Amino acid sequence: MTAEKSTSAPLALDRADARVKHEAGIGGAVRAFLDRVRSGDLGSLPVIVGLVVIWTVFTSLNPVFVSSSNLVNLLFDCSTVGVIALGIVCVLMVGEIDLSVGSISGFASALVGTLWVNQGWPVALAILAALAFGALIGSLYALLFNRLGMPSFVSTLAGLLAVLGMQLYILGSTGSINLPYGSALVDFGQLMVMPKWVSHTLAAIPGLAMLASGLRTFARRRAANLSAPSVTGLIVRVAIITIGLELIVAYLNQSRGIPWMFGLFVGLVVAMNYALTRTKWGRSMTAVGGNREAARRAGIKVRAIYLSAFALCSLFAALGGVLAAARLASASQQAGTGDVNLNAIAAAVIGGTSLFGGRGSAYSALLGIIVIQSIASGLTLLDLSSSLRYMITGAVLAIAVIVDSLARRSRASHGRA
Amino acid sequence: MSDSLEESASVGELVLSLRGISKNFGAVSALTDIDFDVHAGEVVALVGDNGAGKSTLVKILAGVHQPSSGTINFRGKPVTLPDPRAALTLGIATVFQDLALCENLDVVANIFLGNELSPLRLDEVAMEMRAWTLLNELSARIPSVREAVASLSGGQRQTVAIARSLLLEPKLILLDEPTAALGVAQTAEVLNLIDRVRSRGLGVVMISHNMEDVRAVADRIVVLRLGRNNGVFEPDASNQDLVSAITGASNNAVSRRAERLRIERDHSGSAQAGEQRP
Repeated sequence: MTAEKSTSAPLALDRADARVKHEAGIGGAVRAFLDRVRSGDLGSLPVIVGLVVIWTVFTSLNPVFVSSSNLVNLLFDCSTVGVIALGIVCVLMVGEIDLSVGSISGFASALVGTLWVNQGWPVALAILAALAFGALIGSLYALLFNRLGMPSFVSTLAGLLAVLGMQLYILGSTGSINLPYGSALVDFGQLMVMPKWVSHTLAAIPGLAMLASGLRTFARRRAANLSAPSVTGLIVRVAIITIGLELIVAYLNQSRGIPWMFGLFVGLVVAMNYALTRTKWGRSMTAVGGNREAARRAGIKVRAIYLSAFALCSLFAALGGVLAAARLASASQQAGTGDVNLNAIAAAVIGGTSLFGGRGSAYSALLGIIVIQSIASGLTLLDLSSSLRYMITGAVLAIAVIVDSLARRSRASHGRA
Repeated sequence: MSDSLEESASVGELVLSLRGISKNFGAVSALTDIDFDVHAGEVVALVGDNGAGKSTLVKILAGVHQPSSGTINFRGKPVTLPDPRAALTLGIATVFQDLALCENLDVVANIFLGNELSPLRLDEVAMEMRAWTLLNELSARIPSVREAVASLSGGQRQTVAIARSLLLEPKLILLDEPTAALGVAQTAEVLNLIDRVRSRGLGVVMISHNMEDVRAVADRIVVLRLGRNNGVFEPDASNQDLVSAITGASNNAVSRRAERLRIERDHSGSAQAGEQRP
């Protein structure tokens, strides 16, 4: 009966209902976008607007800000805290928080310094040990959360102090360990940039991948009698993205070029984005963040999902700590303290990941950290003291959370999740 | 439709059998010594007043709660249902009263939640097709399966929840108040759907407060009262019998109201008759 209906119907399977507006073409895509924004489904819009404002202001105050050498430095700085922010996205997706990422990153850098420089371990092994430690701490938080019902806010706050104590303990009286210049790790953190042809090739890949998967989806949806998005729109998007990326790469290549460390960060972001949007695990993460009980009744192993979220977050925090040590060529008592925690969380939230769980994207870590680091870099160029930097970064975070809250309310009243 | 009715010759096979199920929440006994049977191709209505333990019983069968004592036999084998996953794997699907949908996910994601096709590379096209097929089978009116569930009405959510329960081709479907949030036409659709599910040889347990709906589809009506079995009725049982079983007394609020109305009617009748006489 159903088969007859769908074959005889002139309309695609999902376009049979006359009450729903379906925008067609490029004009339609723009209108649909405006509609979404008006109802509070802002996506990456606030962060892009924010970025334009910040860059305009800082460039007008000091033109050095947009020089390609400053931007290359910015990318180096983004990579370390950005990786930590990527972990924060994971815990925020399930509606939890990890306040100890700064301490974990500091301890990871101290561990690498101690094991590698002081104990003479191979550097790869020292890094692996630091990452394993990170995953272990996250698993501990998950255990406390799953078995004892300890709110992650409290357990990670306790972890913040405990892990900071461990960091100070293993660094001992000397207080800091210098990592040897000329070693691969420090070069990776300070010097290594992509050759021009590599960066241009990599910049072309996202567009090509979008085109390939878009055309494949188009063909499959047509074959399945479902409405398919317009090919023209796809080609326009691909062209915009490819040209934009190539221009950015060309500009940065005028100076040193794209850091490999930033390449690693973007690679992790892309991998996490795939995992969160295209796998069963990612779907389960979103479901648990949206409605934990519903996810449980659907047969999802909720505890395992929490475990994966906390462990991944701490793992990324440890990796960020290792990268920070490489960037600074030292493991010190100051590593991971101060504003690292807040910057990582702020980056994830500014980028559009909701503090309330169930909404977010790996790209929010990338976009958010560029905003945060732009502010830090711009204020440094203006020679402002760290007191002002903290105040301004704090205000930006507050604005981001307000936007998140307001958008959430607006979505609720417009019947969007 | 009719030949599938013939095929379901296995009507009568015992799908589910509960013996002596009890459930305590602390000092409160929500269920005491419940016996309950469901056969293939049979719709069993579970009725009772608020707090009778209907939803608790359904949650035990769905693996959400665990019974304090008693045995569950499913298709002839004793089973335990430690979590919802176990119930789903056995073939017990549940549509909860509070629906249990994730509002932040779209319709397709909700229908396939926990059972996504190709877990490492989600097959969105195949899932969307299957979702439309299921929804069309239910004659559902869902504007778009790519909208978050938050944008759907109560009845549409109900349909999504029922579609999800059918996805895994279960042997037994539990419906907790399936028509409570629905309009007239949609209630009829859901009742039709229950008929269709029955004719496919599935066992159906339906909780409802609406006696009309219950009579329309049920093959048997099981009454719970204060967490205990309180009688099994045929759908043609009189309303009075059902109500007294549900409320536990032939002298209850419903019968008292009926009595009061009858007396008032008689009075006014005799008064009118008295006025007419002179």
